[in-house]
Amino acid sequence: MAWFRRSKENISPDSQKKDLPDGLWEKCPNCSEIIHKKQLEANLWTCIKCNNHFRIGSEEYFNFLLDKNTFKEMDKKMRSNDPLEFEDTKKYSVRIQETIKKLNLYDAVRTGTGKLNGIEVAIGCMDFSFIGGSMGSVVGEKLSRLIDKAYKNNLPLIIISASGGARMMEGAFSLMQMAKTSSRLARLSEAKIPYISILTDPTTGGTTASYAMLGDIHIAEPQALIGFAGPRVIKQTIGKDLPKGFQKSEFLLEQGFIDIISHRKDLKSNIYNILTLMT
Amino acid sequence: MAKTVLDFEKPIYELEAKLEEMKNLSDNLDIENEIKKIEDKVKQLKESIYKDLTRWQRVQLARHPDRPYTLDYIYSMTSNFVELHGDRGYKDDKAIVGGFASIDDYKVMIIGHQKGRDTKSNLYRNFGMPNPEGYRKALRLMKLAEKFGKPVITMIDTPGAYPGIEAEERGQAEAIARNLFEMSRLKVPIIVVIIGEGASGGALGIGVGDRILMLENCWYSVISPESCSSILWRSWDYKEQAAEALKLTATDLIEQKIIDRIIPEPMGGAHKDYEQISATLKAALKEELANLIKIKPEKLVEQRLEKFGKMGEFIE
Repeated sequence: MAWFRRSKENISPDSQKKDLPDGLWEKCPNCSEIIHKKQLEANLWTCIKCNNHFRIGSEEYFNFLLDKNTFKEMDKKMRSNDPLEFEDTKKYSVRIQETIKKLNLYDAVRTGTGKLNGIEVAIGCMDFSFIGGSMGSVVGEKLSRLIDKAYKNNLPLIIISASGGARMMEGAFSLMQMAKTSSRLARLSEAKIPYISILTDPTTGGTTASYAMLGDIHIAEPQALIGFAGPRVIKQTIGKDLPKGFQKSEFLLEQGFIDIISHRKDLKSNIYNILTLMT
Repeated sequence: MAKTVLDFEKPIYELEAKLEEMKNLSDNLDIENEIKKIEDKVKQLKESIYKDLTRWQRVQLARHPDRPYTLDYIYSMTSNFVELHGDRGYKDDKAIVGGFASIDDYKVMIIGHQKGRDTKSNLYRNFGMPNPEGYRKALRLMKLAEKFGKPVITMIDTPGAYPGIEAEERGQAEAIARNLFEMSRLKVPIIVVIIGEGASGGALGIGVGDRILMLENCWYSVISPESCSSILWRSWDYKEQAAEALKLTATDLIEQKIIDRIIPEPMGGAHKDYEQISATLKAALKEELANLIKIKPEKLVEQRLEKFGKMGEFIE
């Protein structure tokens, strides 16, 4: 069967891959469009062709949501102390150390205060890149302190969620962070201080079943996966394929759990508008 | 129904069977001493096996099909139970039951997950896995209790909130989140008792309270050992290791300051003696109620906030 083997390396010299400097271009995971990083950044990490919202982290959100140089971070270096001395295929303490080193983040949420078009706000944003944005003691404590900051200083609260749910490696401690943050939000709500929850791709599990679903206003980015159980678990349970668009932002809006779906480029103006109308 | 014998209990049952055999023979033979010896051996064996159960063995006991469920406790501890149904929005979820009842002189609202005993009743109860309307029914009943100043007792026994398409459509996450939010501010005492399995958000959804009690052979964690094994080890075979790693038993949780009190079970588990476990739990509940009803509602809510606020460990 050697007759179809190519005798030359390439059919034509033009088909040789162009040598592009590494890391300057990104491919859209949805439509495969190749986009220059500068252009992608200018477009707030959304695809210029299909509007796909790329997953981004707290640094990016704080940068485009807050006025320049107004962000003051709280509890920056709080980190997990591995309360259960948990070990699966790897020690949790090692996993934590490695992730901190790799990402230059201390856990899956960053919190602080800043100004949004001049309005002073308390703001928290999760980083999905940190162990799947999982919620353990640090996330729970940092968010609780943020909520209390909002409560004591009468600041509107904004939390941007991106999380696979509670962090297994902290067992029941992780679970209790749901109750901890929710009880803080309940007190904030009684004080009539607005809380806007921003749900981004993905927001699932214990995060959705606590602070992400307890906003006065719920704003989701387009096409974000939002749910309690993950799609794989549901598929396993019912033994059937899931309907198209199931657990996406648009589906949740239709079901009545989301107020607004906002393109990332409109997020700041949407939050600003709501805050000026509510306060 | 066939008797369920767990793997680690087999030596006990084998010895007990032998004992039974000998007793039948004893009419004809003089083997009193032999019988006495074996009886002592059974007792010793039981003590040694049940004293040092592994975490996985406790998980198995927590799921024992003969274990008393919420309604068993309600019928044995309370009188005048009036079961109330429905969330007033969608339907009546059979995986959560609840209603007004009296525990001696205390009038209470009692709510809990309900499992079934056989295939038919398990399908009816959805294996104790609530849908959103279950949590909304629970919340409705708690609000009712608050309105009429009655303490709330919740009983946790669930393998998890149901992960189905309809559950997601109707907002499983929102229903659980709403309960955490509302329970944290409820202006009547709430006592939570873990009576079997406490799996994750589905358990916590009725689990915010002033005092958290837990029966000796129960588990309560963020995930079941099986699911934890499948996610972290990428195989279902590491459930024992996962159970160890999760530190999910009553003794673990009292050390972690997540629960307040362990309710001792009869030797071999709650299912060995329904009367005894009900009496023990009832006495404990009366003690807790007596203390909690003295506290002013505002103070109660403040203490509850602080209680959950303290949970968690981190380095600054």
